[in-house]
Amino acid sequence: MSASFESARMLRDRAQIGARRSGAIVVFNILGYSLVSVAALLCLIPFLMVISGSFTSDHAISNYGYSLIPKEFSVKAYSILFRYPEDILRAYGVSIFVTVCGTFLGLFLVSMTGYVLNRKDFRYRNVIAFFFYFTTLFNGGLVSYYIMMIRYYHLKDNLLSLIIPGILNVFYLIIMRSFMSSIPEAISESAKIDGAGDFTIFYKLILPLSKPALATIGLFIALEYWNDWYNAMLFITSNEKFPLQYMLYNMLSESESISRISATANVNVQDMPTQSLKLAMAVIATGPIIFAYPFVQKYFIRGITVGAVKG
Amino acid sequence: MRRKNGIVLELNKNRTLFMMVLPAILYFIMFAYLPMAGILLAFKNYQYNLGIFGSPWAGLDNFKFFFTSGTGFIVTRNTILYNFFMLITSHGLAILIAVVLTELHGKWFKRVSQSIIFLPYFMSWIIVGVFVYNLFNDETGVLQTVMKALHMKPVSLYSLPSIWKYIILFFNSWKWLGYNSVVYIAAIAGLDEECYEAADIDGANVFQKIRNITIPGIMPTIIILMLLNIGRIMRGDFQMFYQIVGNNGQLFNATDVIDTYVFRSLINSGDIGMSAAAAFYQSFLGFFIIIFVNFLVKKYNKDYALF
Repeated sequence: MSASFESARMLRDRAQIGARRSGAIVVFNILGYSLVSVAALLCLIPFLMVISGSFTSDHAISNYGYSLIPKEFSVKAYSILFRYPEDILRAYGVSIFVTVCGTFLGLFLVSMTGYVLNRKDFRYRNVIAFFFYFTTLFNGGLVSYYIMMIRYYHLKDNLLSLIIPGILNVFYLIIMRSFMSSIPEAISESAKIDGAGDFTIFYKLILPLSKPALATIGLFIALEYWNDWYNAMLFITSNEKFPLQYMLYNMLSESESISRISATANVNVQDMPTQSLKLAMAVIATGPIIFAYPFVQKYFIRGITVGAVKG
Repeated sequence: MRRKNGIVLELNKNRTLFMMVLPAILYFIMFAYLPMAGILLAFKNYQYNLGIFGSPWAGLDNFKFFFTSGTGFIVTRNTILYNFFMLITSHGLAILIAVVLTELHGKWFKRVSQSIIFLPYFMSWIIVGVFVYNLFNDETGVLQTVMKALHMKPVSLYSLPSIWKYIILFFNSWKWLGYNSVVYIAAIAGLDEECYEAADIDGANVFQKIRNITIPGIMPTIIILMLLNIGRIMRGDFQMFYQIVGNNGQLFNATDVIDTYVFRSLINSGDIGMSAAAAFYQSFLGFFIIIFVNFLVKKYNKDYALF
């Protein structure tokens, strides 16, 4: 009698706890799903607005403002930009050249340096690692860097000035080094006994094993090069060497660049769809990233998790 | 003598390894260490034809001008306050999103929303500048359109400098939300699954689990990331400030950080001496802050120390 009473009370208690718990879950789910949805919308809407705006006639933008769906659909901005596409194609060429060269050179240097820094039998590796690391603690500042690049290395208006700054980064060296420490040392040692040189070991054995790290760091480097406008602003002076992002920046900030487009496209300056033109250029400059995005995202996540704490 | 022999022997033995690390060493010497000599400029009256070393000394005049004009104090205050509040808002939001995302069950919803939240990280600050212009410009901005539709008197945000700190804080959190939340999601994924199972058996609800297991569990990560970011408190994110604020001079008092100030004095007025003085001051102060923070990290947990 008393035993069954006990168990009945326990059952009732359990049910109460369960009810409270499912109540909490309902509340949490409502709050959680709405919070994440709002955050996602805030991240998505600006992009939709830029894309929609680039397909809207200037008349509609100046009368009704921007909207999520074009009020008056128009491809005029794109048709003007692509009537004489030489400028845009050249800027694409510069961006692609800088991104490809910089990424390959950077990956080669980062992996080679990371490998040496991880070789336990290389006695000065920690001294050298600190020599690199110190540059993140202390630097000479923009002014002296600028003077060095221009006056002593003569890199003004030279595409090298776009490639050099991003090629080696201590953060990537740290990620690379910690990845390589997961490759068994026995591989290097046994190859060495077989008479392979250090560079051969690195190139033939270690590099193929480092593919995941190479993919992740390569994407980090490539994204940095593609989005760079700052170095172009500092060092590049002639139009034909502008990368895409800097060309976009000029269109946004200088009215002369709009009139230059109107001259090459044979359109009256008054008839230029100034607003939608800027947005169309923004879409064009971002395009490749949007297309590559679904494929590369998981590699970025991997890289961030590896480099998370030691940043 | 013997020590020197040791170096020679070691380099001889590992000749190839040394050659392999040499390009990186030369790179950092050329593009990081030699420019450090440029801090001399802070004490010089730079003349282009004489170069860094040939220019005459100016004592502390460059610093004097930077501070007595009042800008030195304003940009230092802005840099520190912006970085401090950005740290709190961006990491606070990222922790919130990470905690919520890991507790939700809809797999499809989680994947899609995480991809979208990560999107701003991939955009250059120029594109963010386009958004800001879209939202706030005086003629066609979304804000103006909405205010017109509500029959309110349109206000130009560019005449209200005090609002811009919130705009900057918002866009900073917005751009880094995806990146930072990935860090915290990884930290939560590393927590012990058994704690959650035990809590389930004890009848803990989801809020109790978050408060008593998740938050204490990721506390070490939070503290380390905070400390590491405090080490960078003297450095402003130049690209963000430059693209969001642009050349709107009436906002500079509220939005100038050391980096934008140095850049403008260099490019617009060509005042090399004062920009170098400001950069010198920034680098040194930042350096000592990092040393101090590293000391704190070491006390907290030796494994996380930077050096």
